[in-house]
Amino acid sequence: MSFETAGYLLMPVMPELVLALGAMALLMLGAYRGQGTTGLVTTLAVCLLILTGVLELMLPAGKVSTFGGSFIIDDFAKFLKILALIGSVATLVLSIEFLSDPSRRIFEYPILVLLSTLGMMVLISAGDLIALYLGLELMSLALYVVAASNRDNVKSTEAGLKYFVLGALSSGMLLYGASLIYGFTGTISFAGVAAATKTGSVGIVFGIVFLLAGLCFKVSAVPFHMWTPDVYEGAPTPVTAFFASAPKVAALAVFTRVTLTAFPGIMAQWQQIVVFVSIASMALGSFAAIGQKNIKRLMAYSSIGHMGFALVGLAAGTVEGAQGVLLYLAIYVAMTLGSFAIILAMKRNGQAVENISDFAGLSRTNPLLAFFFAMLLFSLAGIPPLAGFFAKFYVFIAAIKAGLFTLAVIGVVTSVVGAFYYLSIIKVMYFDEPLARIEPMRLELRTVLAVAGLFNLLFFVYPGPLVSVATAAAKSLF
Amino acid sequence: MILPALFFYLFAGICVASAVMVIVARNPVHSVLFLILAFVNASGLFVLMGAEFLAMILVVVYVGAVAVLFLFVIMMLDVDFAELREGFIEYLPIGIVIGGVFMVELLLVAGGWVINPGTTKAITSAIPANVSNTEALGLVLYTKYIHYFQLAGMVLLVAMIGAIVLTLRHKAKVKRQDIDVQNARTPELAIVVRKVAVGQGLLDADAAEWVQ
Repeated sequence: MSFETAGYLLMPVMPELVLALGAMALLMLGAYRGQGTTGLVTTLAVCLLILTGVLELMLPAGKVSTFGGSFIIDDFAKFLKILALIGSVATLVLSIEFLSDPSRRIFEYPILVLLSTLGMMVLISAGDLIALYLGLELMSLALYVVAASNRDNVKSTEAGLKYFVLGALSSGMLLYGASLIYGFTGTISFAGVAAATKTGSVGIVFGIVFLLAGLCFKVSAVPFHMWTPDVYEGAPTPVTAFFASAPKVAALAVFTRVTLTAFPGIMAQWQQIVVFVSIASMALGSFAAIGQKNIKRLMAYSSIGHMGFALVGLAAGTVEGAQGVLLYLAIYVAMTLGSFAIILAMKRNGQAVENISDFAGLSRTNPLLAFFFAMLLFSLAGIPPLAGFFAKFYVFIAAIKAGLFTLAVIGVVTSVVGAFYYLSIIKVMYFDEPLARIEPMRLELRTVLAVAGLFNLLFFVYPGPLVSVATAAAKSLF
Repeated sequence: MILPALFFYLFAGICVASAVMVIVARNPVHSVLFLILAFVNASGLFVLMGAEFLAMILVVVYVGAVAVLFLFVIMMLDVDFAELREGFIEYLPIGIVIGGVFMVELLLVAGGWVINPGTTKAITSAIPANVSNTEALGLVLYTKYIHYFQLAGMVLLVAMIGAIVLTLRHKAKVKRQDIDVQNARTPELAIVVRKVAVGQGLLDADAAEWVQ
């Protein structure tokens, strides 16, 4: 343990180490035993992610940093890592059917999801610009590949290529911003940058703009959202569920950490950017979704809008704001995974159907499914007493307390506009002429839907634990 | 002191000459080969400056990987270079502008260096005494920067898995070479002697077997 004596504690990175070694062991298993092991590798990958989560929870409380400050463990990191792990576990569970098709038995799929999750965990814990960039690349590179994993499908390949090209562009912008910040402060660690930026020089502001542009791309916030609808539509549906959950958590986590811990001294400068991005995302997410016919495209615009709402909390720049972002992410992940479990269940004659018109009359053929979907859509629209209402409530309260009245009012207005398209799906399900029954829902989809749906329905009964954990996590940043 | 100067002019001269040849060579394959020559000479210049690690990396990465990749691409693709050259005069002005911008940037860098030679010292970390720069890099790369180093390794692993997932196809009907079967073949297995009647050629029944 010479590392430990040199001041590089290995204990804080234990979950990541286990995840990385486990992923490599599973890779060997798959490589030597062939594609027939896909089911086994997927099961083991789920177990590995759960083990990683348990190890994460067992880490000591308080803030610990290692590797010269480039890796930070605090309550904020733990909260979001657990959330990202939940997103990845649910994705793998939702992918079981996709992977069981003989033409798509690729054991690399669960391994790429594991490695992408590793990238997210590094990203969430990043304490300097190099760790941020490496974590982001590890996460994204695996995502580009899984987007194109249905490689005989033109749309899937197109989605992968589009995501790759635009992702590379955004990485370039992020690196340029990081190099400017390094050049003007002489340090890469967030704490060092915070100490060096008491006043915002033009160079630093340029750096922040480019850095945030790169991060906005990853959370698919307007004006860097162009890839989202095409990639969400083209990628296989379980992959879309993945894109909409875990990577968003990680990217928004690092967005929050960079702005709040590296640039607290020049908040006025980055606040303008976040407010603009937030308003633009909320507006586009609400208006552009109205005309959509495909449910996956609709979910893409919906996720753009939700990222806008989450950024409202960040724009406040206070403890309440950060707490709002964390709660928003937790509730958003639950709503998204539940919705995707239903979208994956929509199959007729062995063919997945993706159009909103295919939901017609679902309330009469599958009443329980229709009820759950209606509740999830009400929640996405932010109607009380469902979880989605509380998510919006906390970010708007934070914005009002920080004096951002215009932002809060625009947020409420766009959320009303957004309710229109969620309600139109409910109208199709409950009032249109029913189509043929869909195939019975698979067990694993039911499980995910039940957990996500019940969380969403019953959050208001006992919100205390999640709120207090999120508060502690938010406080650890300040 | 004369020997390093001689080598400097040798490397620098060949480097510039081969860079010119990269542009003017008619055959694109020759261009790439001249590019490789330019890289090798540039790495010689690095050695003269005492940056032997950069010199090795230049050879390994640029000659070993990038230039060979170029060569592959040029040989594989049917690029009509005569056609590409047609617009030479047309694009000359914009080429001159870009060259001019490059020139100004180089002069600015060199000017800053001449005016304030201390700048280079201020923005680079000091090289520890009594160790070569490869050793100095190794001392921090595997200790202080182990986190970044391992993460970069994971990124490369993902790239490797990704390339295999997206391009490797197991085809059932592909004929593969089986050395054991080849070695076990005897003349009796491989050769059939037929009596061919004059003027008739091979009988239809035999021909059918032959096609199999």
